[in-house]
Amino acid sequence: MQSPGALEISRRDLLVASAATVTVAGAPSLAHSQTNTPEASTGTNVSFTVNGERLELELDNRTTLLDALREHLYLTGTKKGCDHGQCGACTVLVDGRRINACLTLAVMHEGGSITTIEGLGQPGNLHPMQAAFVEHDGFQCGYCTPGQICSSVAMLEEISANIPSHVTDDLMAPAEITAAEIRERMSGNICRCGAYSNIVEAITEVAGRKT
Amino acid sequence: MRAFSYECASSIETAAKAAASTDGAKFIAGGTNLLDLMKLEIETPTHLIDVNGLGLDRIEPTPEGGLRIGALVRNTDLAADERIRRDYGLLSRALLAGASGQLRNRATTAGNLLQRTRCPYFYDTNQPCNKRQPGSGCAAIAGFSRQLGVVGVSDACIATHPGDMAVAMRALDAVIETIRADGTTRSIPIADFHRLPGKTPDIEHVLERGELITAVVLPKPMGGKHIYRKVRDRASYAFALVSVGAIVQPDGTGRIAVGGIAPKPWRDEAAEKELPRGAKAASTRLLADARPTEQNAFKITLVERMLSAVLAEARG
Repeated sequence: MQSPGALEISRRDLLVASAATVTVAGAPSLAHSQTNTPEASTGTNVSFTVNGERLELELDNRTTLLDALREHLYLTGTKKGCDHGQCGACTVLVDGRRINACLTLAVMHEGGSITTIEGLGQPGNLHPMQAAFVEHDGFQCGYCTPGQICSSVAMLEEISANIPSHVTDDLMAPAEITAAEIRERMSGNICRCGAYSNIVEAITEVAGRKT
Repeated sequence: MRAFSYECASSIETAAKAAASTDGAKFIAGGTNLLDLMKLEIETPTHLIDVNGLGLDRIEPTPEGGLRIGALVRNTDLAADERIRRDYGLLSRALLAGASGQLRNRATTAGNLLQRTRCPYFYDTNQPCNKRQPGSGCAAIAGFSRQLGVVGVSDACIATHPGDMAVAMRALDAVIETIRADGTTRSIPIADFHRLPGKTPDIEHVLERGELITAVVLPKPMGGKHIYRKVRDRASYAFALVSVGAIVQPDGTGRIAVGGIAPKPWRDEAAEKELPRGAKAASTRLLADARPTEQNAFKITLVERMLSAVLAEARG
């Protein structure tokens, strides 16, 4: 009988293999892509940096940054939840700011610098926020977790930059790190398992270490 | 999503010209609403003109003592700007009450004004919707209308403008600056910018084909207490059932704009004259022409109670 660990590895391998197949079959070269008018190409070359690596891609204009990361670069840590900017599972950092990768086109990020969960930390070299999520059990199924972690890392930077929030009492006072502030600022990341209280504890611990 | 060609605009003049001369062209800035709608094929542009590189991302003082906000200033940056926080707190508060941290980092000042309704029947392509498909009918009027408009609506459409920022801009009497395809510019007071639905709910604003918003100008600071109060179905990251943006002066006079109840930020200067007489007098005047459905009639009461709370907060 196969051990659960072996099953997990084979599932992951299968995912990578099928993603590669889809890309080969589903990404025609620019010359062959659909066009509306003879001169209008529906594909574009774009180059940006992902987790420190400079990359060039030839993409159908419709490709979201999320799909470019997952289906073209096989960085499947970034998750597709709703694909409409409502859940936050696709949160990545672009030029240091958190955004929904599902609601932006890859071709709009020429020259940009993108950091995904894979770039924040790796097994054996975890980002403090990743370690804190493990320590505080800040997840159950784990699907929203990469988005939660990317979002929380950038969120603490936003507080450091003195960006106010909806629950900030005094707009002219320095931004504070409180549970209420963390909850409000993380409201763009939905966790349907309901691990919120542990997520707040994990973020609070990292924030405490920073200040 | 339908296929489209893509270009990065090199100047505001060429962007406006290209948008006017290319069939099916649309500008894209933050893209947070447009791409959402393109995935559902509610928006089907065949050409996108990316305006993000046009440098319209600064907030500068005007000779009149106000501020000129570039069309591409992101919601986060506008809300966090020290001058906005100090002199136009209502605008900061409204922005921070909207969307999520991720969306505010992308969404722009101009795009926010042009965002489309979140009426569920506009989003559901299996349903009739006069805004999405003119002449098909309105499923909302006899449907689930709890979230929808009570005033300024028509027999063709009861959708609302969903935003928070525009409510604050309306209370502040912001002016929208544009450039047209022929290179001429104009200034449009926000009161005249959004159109009421009437028989053509698909036409939502007064911009011409190819016309590009370049800035939104705020008048000089007007003092007073700035309050933005929003009632919604969850504590964060939800559209308003009703929102009230207010600037109340020490003498009890003030400005009130209301969101979540109409196809545009709803303000009536005659209702503001009633403010010293209290919330009931002002809200009665503000909603004199309201025609709610059974499901959203509660908004009439809610506006009065929120106004009452806002006036109490202003006094306190």
